[in-house]
Amino acid sequence: MSNPVKETAEIFSVQKVGAYYQFTVVAPGIAAGFAPGHFVAVAVGGENTSMILRRAFALLGATPSGQFAGTIQFVVAEHGAGTRWITQRRAGDTLDIVGPLGTPFPLPSAPSPAVLVGGGYGTAPLLPLAAGLIEAGSAVEFLLGAATSSRLYGELAAKRLAGSVTVTTDDGSAGEKGLVTEALPAAIERIGAEVVYACGPMGMLRAVGDISRAHAIRAQVAVEESMACGIGVCMTCVLPVRGDDGRSRFVRSCVDGPVFDADRVRWADVGTLPPDLLGADAMGLH
Amino acid sequence: MADLTTTLGPLTLPNPVLTASGCAAAGRELHQFFDVARLGAVVTKSIMTRPRSGRATPRMAETPSGMLNSIGLQGPGIDSFLEHDLAWLAEHGARTVVSIAGGHTDEYVELARRLRGHPAVSMIEVNISCPNVESRGQVFACDAIASSRVIGAVRRAADPGQPVFAKLSPDVTDITLIARACADAGADGLSLINTLLGMAIDTDTMRPVLGGVTGGLSGPAIRPVAVRCVWQVRQALPHLPILGMGGIRSGLDALQFILAGASAVSVGTAVFGDPLAPVRVLAELDAELDARGFGSLADAVGFAHRDVAALV
Ligand SMILES: Cc1cc2nc3c(=O)[nH]c(=O)nc-3n(C[C@H](O)[C@H](O)[C@H](O)COP(=O)(O)OP(=O)(O)OC[C@H]3O[C@@H](n4cnc5c(N)ncnc54)[C@H](O)[C@@H]3O)c2cc1C
Ligand SMILES: Cc1cc2nc3c(=O)[nH]c(=O)nc-3n(C[C@H](O)[C@H](O)[C@H](O)COP(=O)(O)O)c2cc1C
Ligand code: FES
Repeated sequence: MSNPVKETAEIFSVQKVGAYYQFTVVAPGIAAGFAPGHFVAVAVGGENTSMILRRAFALLGATPSGQFAGTIQFVVAEHGAGTRWITQRRAGDTLDIVGPLGTPFPLPSAPSPAVLVGGGYGTAPLLPLAAGLIEAGSAVEFLLGAATSSRLYGELAAKRLAGSVTVTTDDGSAGEKGLVTEALPAAIERIGAEVVYACGPMGMLRAVGDISRAHAIRAQVAVEESMACGIGVCMTCVLPVRGDDGRSRFVRSCVDGPVFDADRVRWADVGTLPPDLLGADAMGLH
Repeated sequence: MADLTTTLGPLTLPNPVLTASGCAAAGRELHQFFDVARLGAVVTKSIMTRPRSGRATPRMAETPSGMLNSIGLQGPGIDSFLEHDLAWLAEHGARTVVSIAGGHTDEYVELARRLRGHPAVSMIEVNISCPNVESRGQVFACDAIASSRVIGAVRRAADPGQPVFAKLSPDVTDITLIARACADAGADGLSLINTLLGMAIDTDTMRPVLGGVTGGLSGPAIRPVAVRCVWQVRQALPHLPILGMGGIRSGLDALQFILAGASAVSVGTAVFGDPLAPVRVLAELDAELDARGFGSLADAVGFAHRDVAALV
């Protein structure tokens, strides 16, 4: 378990980055436990709000010590009422945050060339991951994609970390026109990648998994499922995942994920109840 | 500091705040935030005889001051529950209310038997908001005869030392009729209430939001319904202990249930917004009892009923 804590976190800064808002907040307890791939759950709407559930955000980073000690960072895209409430907060306001949550990205035991694929704000958790990989001696190559240029995130930071970055947009407003996954096979071959890491929309993650399998390498991908609790008690966030024993189960993406080995996720069955799933036979009339 | 000791039939608890079934798994995750032994008891996710996958996703939708869920009782089955979850709860000194569910009376009976003699089991809560396989899927809790049959069978099969509470659905015309049927069948008390059946439609896809189409509504939105149910059942059956729940997120909310006649409360959906909600509610309830001059929780149970016979 990730030893999460609940903190009342003062907002240190809010920066507008393209279509996104980048938050730096003071949350020493969360910062202390951070590893790339962790996420936080932020309460929205203030006390006695009608929005009773927290909103999940991947951590962009944490600074447990040194300058800005005890801060964490995350990136918010406006989506509905909850994220809009968050983006209206200002420096000096406080946020009620639970974290760090989830199982972080597994790291290779020896330096291994890696391709990191980010879709939109999905690049956020890949930046601290890249820093860690590079520090451990792994070569890193970034592929960043988005629908349009304002929805790209982290290009500059990725360049600073890894040197070369390939950018794609669906509309061609930045980088190559097309899907980010179209650039993946070449990137894998270019650096002789032994692992791919990805975060972004489900369709992208599935494609990353397929391409990685075709190259006989692993893909570790961070998913986004609707979560009521974020801490493993409610069972709303499940995905059909194949276990070590070959049996598939509905697995909680908040605690057993959000990072999964793409090969274990039964992407085609997401949103269905596959009959061979453990316990599907017991569903009967329910 | 009021004396917070409470009783649920033969069971005495050091305080009246419990978790709600399905909102705390089997305690382990919440134990990262507070010591689960501090609770009146942990109420476990409803357990069934066999492992169950639960329903397809999406399984939840946030609604105004509430949420819909269509989990479909995902769980590991009784064997794994006894070996891993109940053992863990016992090891951590948590009083445990085991919630059981089934599709046949026989399944409930089997579960009650498996729990016999287990020292970690303080009480059994029978979740009868399940489709009855023998009655074309009609929910047990919506039918007085089916409810009484299950509760009677569980009471006979269960360890005599383990109180049996029937957990009722608010989706009935007259909840006091079901309550009485369960009481007559031997229930030691009642848990009120389970979720209300609800539904949401995605206006972009123009389809139901939930994989299960309909789902259970919970959270503050249902609190007035829950308080009403506790009130009515307390009036109809003043001597039957009640475990109250539905939308509790503060000590004052909990106090409403106590005043309406509940001897203890479960905190469910509020945990998702605040993993510390159960212990916070307990501290707040304690302060609110003090503020009103109650020397003990027991004095406050059903207090709102005084003199009301004249009002209605
Ligand atoms: C592990 C994880 C990491 C995430 N990381 C980021 C991030 O770094 N940056 C970012 O901008 N967003 C991220 N999201 C998505 C973000 O949580 C949703 O955009 C947000 O919850 C939407 O809330 P809302 O009130 O604005 O939208 P509404 O649509 O009004 O929300 C209604 C309900 O649906 C849920 N919901 C809606 N969209 C999503 C979604 N995509 N994923 C999960 N739940 C959803 C909400 O939590 C809420 O309960 C992440 C989600 C998960 C699960
Ligand atoms: C996600 C979720 C899962 C639930 N699972 C169960 C369950 O397994 N058994 C049960 O008896 N009630 C279950 N319930 C109902 C709760 O125990 C409780 O009766 C109801 O939610 C009302 O209380 P609340 O508003 O405090 O959540 C569940 C509720 C939710 C939200
Ligand atoms: S969100 Fe509740 S179990 Fe994952």
